[in-house]
This record gives sequence, C-alpha cells and structure tokens, in this order.
Amino acid sequence: MIDYVFGPFQYSFMVRALVVSVLVGVMCPVLGAYVITRGRAFMGDALAHSVLPAMVAAFLLGVSPFVAAVPAGVAIALLMGSVARRTGISEDTSIGILFAGLFALGLVMLSKATNVTVNIEDLLLGQVLGVSRTDVLVSLLLTGVVLAGLYAFHRQLVYTTFDPVGAAVSGIRTGIIEYVLLALLALVIVIGIQAAGIVLVMAMLITPAATGYLIARRFVGVMLIGALIGAVSAVSGLYLSFHADLPSGPAMALVATAFFGVAAVGKRRWRSARREEGATEELAA
Amino acid sequence: MNSEPGIAIRDVVVEHDGFQALEDVTFAVPSGTLMGVLGPNGAGKSTLFDAIAGVHPITSGQITLSGMGQRRGALAYVPQRDSINWSFPATALDVVMMGLSGRVAWYRGPSKHDREIARSCLERVRLWERRGALMTELSGGQRQRVFIARALAQDARIILLDEAFSGVDVAAQEGIVRVLQSLRDEGRIVLLATHDLTNLAERFDQVLCINRHVCACGPPEEAFTPEVLEELYGSHGVEFAQGNGLAAGGRQ
Repeated sequence: MIDYVFGPFQYSFMVRALVVSVLVGVMCPVLGAYVITRGRAFMGDALAHSVLPAMVAAFLLGVSPFVAAVPAGVAIALLMGSVARRTGISEDTSIGILFAGLFALGLVMLSKATNVTVNIEDLLLGQVLGVSRTDVLVSLLLTGVVLAGLYAFHRQLVYTTFDPVGAAVSGIRTGIIEYVLLALLALVIVIGIQAAGIVLVMAMLITPAATGYLIARRFVGVMLIGALIGAVSAVSGLYLSFHADLPSGPAMALVATAFFGVAAVGKRRWRSARREEGATEELAA
Repeated sequence: MNSEPGIAIRDVVVEHDGFQALEDVTFAVPSGTLMGVLGPNGAGKSTLFDAIAGVHPITSGQITLSGMGQRRGALAYVPQRDSINWSFPATALDVVMMGLSGRVAWYRGPSKHDREIARSCLERVRLWERRGALMTELSGGQRQRVFIARALAQDARIILLDEAFSGVDVAAQEGIVRVLQSLRDEGRIVLLATHDLTNLAERFDQVLCINRHVCACGPPEEAFTPEVLEELYGSHGVEFAQGNGLAAGGRQ
C-alpha cells in the first residue's frame, strides 16, 4: 500500500505531475465557482477547444504550448465576449461559431503537421505524466496570477455575478470585470489542459465546483469545497494514470464525476430525511 | 453631504431598437420625496429608471442629478426580481456588504467599521437577526428590505426600486414603505415603480403616472383624475380606482 502511494514519486516526472495535478485540481474549481453561478459553462468548454490551433502552432515552432496558448486563450476569450456585442447575434451562437471554427483549424493544422510528433490523444485527453520542468514553473506562475486576480477583484466579481445591474449603477465597471474573468478563465483552462486535456478540462472546471455548490451554503464555501474535491480528484486521477496506464484527463474526470454523484444522491437523501423529520415533529405537536 | 439631492428630467426621449420607449418625459423631484412611479406593463417605468441610473443611454433630452458629488454609489438601484442571479448563494449580510464594495480597498477585507455599518443598515430594516439567511430563504418583502439596506450601506442619496411590491403581500409592503418613508425624512429621494394602486395617498408624497409619456405628476390625490386613469389603464382602471376612492374625479 505504502509503495502504491509513495512509490511513484521516486520518479521526478511523477513529482512534476503531482504539482501540476494539485494546481489544476485547486484552480479549476475556484474559478469554476464563478463559471457555474454565472452560467458560463459553454464558454469554458468553447475556450478550451479554441486554443487548439495555438497549441499546435507552438509544437510546430518547437516552443512550450504555454507560450502560444496563454495569449491566444486570453485573446479568444475577449473576442468571444465582443463578437456577440458587435454582431448582435446571440452570445451562445457566436461562441459556438468560434469554438467550432478554431477547433477545426487546429485539427487541420495537426493533420498537416507531418514533421513534428504531436500525440493528439495527449492534447485532447491530457497527459499529466509528460509535463516538463518549464510547464511546472509556468503553471506555478500562472496560478499566482490567477489567485492575485481573484483576490483583487473578488468583491466586484461577487457583486456583478449576483446583481449585474445594481453593480453597474453602484459604479463598478461590469464590462471590465467580465473581461477580467474571461482572461482568468483562459489562464486556468490553459493550466488545466496539461492534466485534463482539451476535451475534459471542463470536468475539472465545473464538476468539483458543482459538487461544492451542492454541499456548501456560501459562495466562498463552494470555492473551498470545490478546490478540495478538485485536488483529490486530480491526484486520484494521477494515480490511476500511473498505475492503470490511463490517460489522465478521463481518470480525473471520472473521479470528479463520482464525487458529484455521491454528493447529489447524499443531498437528496438528506433533504427527504429533513422533510420526514419535519413531518414527524408536526405530528407530535 | 453639502447639498440636497435632486432629479430634473427634461424632454427625455429613449429609443429601444427604433421604438420610442419614452417620449418627451419631463418632471422634477426635490430632495426628501418618496415618489411612486405608476403605469401599465410596457409603460417605460424600467426604461426610465435605467436612464436615470445611466445604464441605458437617452436618445435626446437631459437628466440632471444634483447634490450627488463625484462619489460612486450616490445612486442605488434595486432592479426587478428577474434581473438578480438567484442561483448565486448570497446571505443577507453578503448582499449588504456588496454596498460597501466601493469604499473598501481591494487589498484588504472589510474593517470593523465596515462591519458596524453593515450591522446598523440591517438593524434599520429589522433583519440583523436574519443576516446569515440566504436570500432565497427570505420572503419577498425581506429581500426588498435587504436591498434597501444595501442602498443604505453605500449611502445612496437617490434610491430607485423597480417593482418592489411584486410578489410581496400587503402587510410586508407596509413594512417596506415605512422604511422608505424614514429615508425620505432624511432628505433622500426614493422612486418606486409599481403596478399596485393600494393606499397610494398614504404611501407616496408624489406620483408620476407614465404610459411612455408623462400622464400626470403630483400629489396622489391631485394626479389621479379619471382622464389620467383611463390613459393609464383604460376604462377598467377608472372603475377600479373609483371603487377604491382613488380618482380625484371620483371623490368629488
């Protein structure tokens, strides 16, 4: 058992993978709490898919995917916000157009990239065991940026999420706050893609946060419980990836989904038990 | 605050997608006024509030808010129920703290003084005991009082409440009115949009009747002529109002 838990960390790639897994597990739900309460899950999914061309370009140029994905992610997030505003078509339609178009562009680039060995499965499903020392350092740096951003804008983010009109009238620049959130979302997604992959980073972004939402009473609680469940899911996924030779994204997503399932069933039972308790008390009275 | 707040609206036109939502609206509100803004659905009550609050541009005309200084938060807006994101888990105290977000520096949490302000605002609307309750656990009237406490926390001089009585029973409406009257007595301006024609004369100092244009503006007992009521609500409105002794013409 001890060997199962600690054995893998005699390899330095496992230590790097552990650091990235914990960062992903914590950061995704902390931001995901805003994503679920603002109803931006589709935006998150679209953003993850849309950075594919930038990541392929990075491989073609032989640089770290971060170098291209971070600025591209932020730019695409801002573009998605502004396309709806400028064209007058609905926001989910414009997000869908950019999502499909950019993902398709990435796939075409991949199919033509014959001179580099890019494992598309790793890109789409995540391969946390393959992260480099640079990836770890950049992830740490970006995590610091995201945490600082969330701390600095916490009150404005909370106000604009709960009551956007009241917040705008009170003097908060809601447009800027929305862009700040999108930029932070782009950073978190780029960190998350390494571990969970483009297709499944959504699972880390929204599932642990949604589990936190079922359990916690207040918003900060949603963030903290989400972060705890996210970290446990990510590290469990890492073990499954190492011991069972699974791609890390699906392994993490499955653990996170299992936590959500348990919380959903548990909450339902707790509610019906409380209802019965109330009915019994009424009868006794 | 050195000078008293005031609202002056002159010849204001607001367009929505080429449709005139408000036509040549002119009226003024002096400090220390509790005004009811009345009109049927689609009369432009919310548009008027959006224009005063600066969240909807006006096509022409002029809106002057005086006695506000340059301070953020001098105007507070309690929007309609459906523009609040109720899936966000906020307690009554969280909502009042939002009113302080303009004063608290980004790098620190709320101070003891800030917490005292939040406490006194919630005590004023008699909800301090329910500070830990989620907004979704409160009744319609209690929610409105929390939003009023938030406006107090940001020390708003002008408070706009859109459909504040919707989904609120008459007894709770009276509770809201009493709080608003005490704010009016401090020199603040309170504008409340409503469909509800109950006890208008006891509740409001002034009423503004709009149906895309101003039909009447003045004390309730003078503003409600049968002509105004017909313009607002058609013949049913006149019958209803006369039955309630509301219309000025009906009392004669």
